Formats: sequence, structure tokens, C-alpha cells
Amino acid sequence: MSNSNPSTLSVSSAAAVPPSGGAAAKKRAMLKAVDPGPARSAAGSLGQRVGGNWMVLSLFCLLLFLALWQRYSTVGNEKFPSPVVVAEHAWYFLSDPFYDNGPNDQGIGYLVGFSLGRLAVGFLAGSVVAVFLGVVLGLNRTLFKALNPYIQVLRAISPIAWMPLLLYTVQNSGWTALLVVFMASMWPTLANTAFGVNNIKKEYLNVAAILQMPTLAKVFRVILPGAGPAIVAGLRISMGSAWVAIVPAEALLGSLGLGYFVWNEWNNLGIANVIFAILLIGAVGVMLDMLFNRLAKSLAYTD
Amino acid sequence: MKMPLLKVEGVSKYFQDPRSKNEFCVFSDLSLSVKEKEFVAVLGHSGCGKSTLLNIIAGIEKSNGGVVFLDGRQTVKPGLDRMVVFQNFALMPWLSVQGNIRLAVKAAYPEWDKAAINRRVEKYVEMVNLTEARNKKPAELSGGMRQRVGLARAFSVNPRIMLLDEPFAQIDALTRGVIQQELVRMWEDTGITIFMVTHDVDEAILLSDRVLLMTPGPGATLAEEITIPFSRPRTRDRLVEDPAFFKLRDRIVAFLGHRQAA
Ligand SMILES: Nc1ncnc2c1ncn2[C@@H]1O[C@H](COP(=O)(O)OP(=O)(O)O)[C@@H](O)[C@H]1O
Ligand SMILES: [Mg+2]
Repeated sequence: MSNSNPSTLSVSSAAAVPPSGGAAAKKRAMLKAVDPGPARSAAGSLGQRVGGNWMVLSLFCLLLFLALWQRYSTVGNEKFPSPVVVAEHAWYFLSDPFYDNGPNDQGIGYLVGFSLGRLAVGFLAGSVVAVFLGVVLGLNRTLFKALNPYIQVLRAISPIAWMPLLLYTVQNSGWTALLVVFMASMWPTLANTAFGVNNIKKEYLNVAAILQMPTLAKVFRVILPGAGPAIVAGLRISMGSAWVAIVPAEALLGSLGLGYFVWNEWNNLGIANVIFAILLIGAVGVMLDMLFNRLAKSLAYTD
Repeated sequence: MKMPLLKVEGVSKYFQDPRSKNEFCVFSDLSLSVKEKEFVAVLGHSGCGKSTLLNIIAGIEKSNGGVVFLDGRQTVKPGLDRMVVFQNFALMPWLSVQGNIRLAVKAAYPEWDKAAINRRVEKYVEMVNLTEARNKKPAELSGGMRQRVGLARAFSVNPRIMLLDEPFAQIDALTRGVIQQELVRMWEDTGITIFMVTHDVDEAILLSDRVLLMTPGPGATLAEEITIPFSRPRTRDRLVEDPAFFKLRDRIVAFLGHRQAA
């Protein structure tokens, strides 16, 4: 893995999860094989003890945060909405998520739906393109070396920075929002796919060659599954950055969704609603990430 | 006279030493031939170039000159007519036992429907006694079971010749004997020619019709050819009762050892 990981591919070394567990996993597997009993039970009890502490500490942090917030809203800045007020606002929105009183007043369920829909379309399109390019670059070192500098430059540009140019070019805010998500979804997936494909064990490709697999069969039955864990690691990061980008994109473009909601409430000085929206954006982001965690687990393999 | 099934003519291979960047000759002008239904073993020390030779025959390594003929036709790329069984198994870790065999069957018989493919897969899973473990991933299998999958995968596409690269080197000694017997049984049942490389003298004598002794590299040669005289079925127990076995074994060991010292 290390021999062919190009130093220029800086994202991937941080982003890519090696398809197999590596040396540590091997060692664990060996330990397990030699002496399953004690090793497992020791790990089990340790895990339980850590697990308990973790929950208590986590709960404590939450309470501390709420207490500080409550205190700030009572003695620090009395205009700042307290947790209780925000909870009331949240309840107001969440109790009736799907209503429609015209374009500027829609249920929060719809707003989340719009943002997720935009995310899904842009992310899917970006991912398909990124995986395709990643496979091509992963299989062709020359092409990879030639294009990598540009990828690094493009990757460093915030997708929001493209917005004026995109808006000027496509002349449509809806398309621009999608394109921003598309751009935000590309780079980690592209880099990770190229990395994963490039690091597929030679022996798997040899098997594919001996079986005389046509290119498409080789890509779908050997290369993509082989690079699967690395690709999903990239998709996961891409999803995160797309979700991060979608909020300012919607806010600036006035595209109906969570980002627009935040900005709109700010303009109305509805700070409680702003806080509620911030929390909701975080919660949706975490759920999306959990989805990818599942996908990653289902594609993981040990060799 | 009948044409040999596999004919290797004057193949050479040079590698660049990774450190000194000097070219060194693994072997040059190497020739051999294998007849249909024969079991031929190339025996040599580690590093003498056995895998390189086998990979050139398989087409997954390029030679620096020389020709490989199969059925009288020059081979130009890897193919389903030469299935390889690898020392490190080379199973797809994301596929189950069945999945690994299915991958090969699908590739070999793209026109078959699902039912036909499944029947074929099942047959070969059964052939190597892995029915119980058919849904397990390679990581959940012992070395012996993994190589059973490797053998089943190779046999399942009905190749003209099987190329085995130290197939039992990574398997514990007790299991090794069992799988060696299974291999002989499959070889006899299917009539598929086998070309194997190994560094295990006993294994070569136990399994093959003919052993080619490869001298240590660089510049390895196939210096001597020995026809194994023992009748089949052979078992380890029967062989060790035969003084001729030890004489042959000593002769081979002396030959390889002597060459290495030189
Ligand atoms: N890709 C390679 N580059 C450079 N040297 C190699 C390469 N592959 C094998 N060699 C060298 O070629 C020689 C023969 O290797 P190999 O065929 O694997 O031997 P064997 O299978 O008999 O153990 C060894 O000295 C090995 O170090
Ligand atoms: Mg070898």
C-alpha cells in the first residue's frame, strides 16, 4: 500500500481507509486465532467499562452546554433565546412538518426534503463522475500524474467560490445550487477511488486476466469491489462536504431549503429559529454519515 | 509422435535488481514440454525462478524472448486454457467460496443461464468438500480450505492445463497430505494436465509423473529430468516403506544441494 501511494495524493493518505485492516488487524486476527478465549473476554470487559464512561461523560457535556447556554441567555444577553425557547420553537416546527402556505412559508419537513433532494441529485451525479474518473486515473499512472496537479488545485477551491461564475454561466439559481453540490461531491471520492484502484492487489488483476474478463466485467466484479472500502471512505467525506456546502449555497441563491431557512430567519431576526435550524442541519448531517457508515461496513473485507 | 500439450521453447527472463539497478538473468533459453494428461513438477530452491517461469507460461509475466506453445499454438496473453493456482491463493476476499468459483464459471461460460452456472458452482464446491463452508469468506477459512477454493476455481473452468505455483506451501503439514491426495484424485477424474512448481522434494515425488530439476539462479537451468517410477495410487506411507524412494530422494537432494554449493 505504501509503495505506490504517491506523496502528491495528499488527500487520499488522510482520507483513504485501506481496504484491509493492515498490520494491526492482522495482528488482532492472529491473536484471536491463537487464543480466542482470554483475548476476547478481556477486550469485552474493557469495552464495557469504556462504553459506560463514554455515555456519562457525553451526557455531562450536553448538560454543561445547556447550563452555560441557559446562563448566557438569562444574565449574559437577555435577548438570546434560552434552550427552552428554542425547544418550544423546535416543537412548533416539528409538530407540523408538512404544511404549505406559499413559497416563503413551508413546513420544515419540506425544507429538509428540498435540501436532501438537492443533495441527492448533486451528490449522485458528482459521485458517478468522480468514481468513473477515479477508476480511469487509478488504472493509468500517466494520466493520473498528468491530471493530479489540476485535481489538487480544484480540490482546494471552496465550492461556494464557484458560485458567481456558475450563476453567471448557467443563469439559473436552481442549477447553480445543484452544480455547487456536484463540485463539493467530486474531489474526495475522485482521489480515494484513484488511490483504491491503484492499490488493488496485483494478484486480483492477474486472476481477472487469466479468466479473460472483458473490461466491464473486470471493473464491476474485481476493481470496484476491490476498491470499494476506499471509495466509500471517499463518498463519506464527499457527502459531508456537500452537506456543508449546501447551506451557504441555498442561503446565497435563495433556493428553498434548510440553508435558505436559516438566512431567512436571520433576516427576520428569528434567532430561536436560526438556532433550531443549525441543530437540525447538524442532526441531518449525522444521519447521513451513519448511512455511509453502514455502507462502509457492508463493503468492508479482510484478506 | 504426438505433439506435446505444452511446449516452452527457449524462454529467457531478466529482472532489474531493485537496489543495484543491475540486470540479472533469472534464466535464459529454457525449454520444456508437457504431454497431455501428464503431471509434471519443476523442483528447485526458493528464488531460482519457478514462479517466474510459471507466470510466463500463464501469460501474466512477459518473457524476454522465447515462445510458449499450447496445443501447438503460440500463446500471447493469459487465458482460460491455463488456469493458475497461486501459492497465496489469490481469492477475492469480498466473495464467498461460492462467489469465488462463480466468478470463474461466469467468465468461462458467459452464455450460460443462472441455473446452469449455479449447478456448475455447486458441483465444484462439492468436489473439494466445501459444501458446509460455501457461504464463508476466505478470511473465515483455514489455509487448506482456501486452497481448496483455489483448486475448485481452476478446475471449474475446465482448462487445458493447470499451473500450480507451490500450491501447498502455505498449508499446515497435516492438511497438506489430505489436499495432495484430493488433487491427485481430481487430476485422475478430470484428466486435466498439471504443471506444478515446488521446492518440496517429497511432494514432487509423491505427486508427479516426471520431475524437472531446476538449478539455483541467477541463470537457472532445467538440468535434469527424472521419471518417477512408483506406481499409483501412491501414498506417503507406502513410499516410505520403499528403499527406492529414499535413494531417489537422496539423489535429488544431493543434486540440488550440490548445485547450490557450486
Ligand atoms: N518483479 C521482480 N523484480 C525484480 N526481481 C524479481 C521480480 N520478481 C522476482 N524477482 C527475482 O527473480 C528471482 C526468481 O524469483 P521467483 O520466480 O519468484 O522464484 P521462486 O518462485 O523460485 O522462489 C528471485 O531472485 C527474485 O528475487
Ligand atoms: Mg515462487
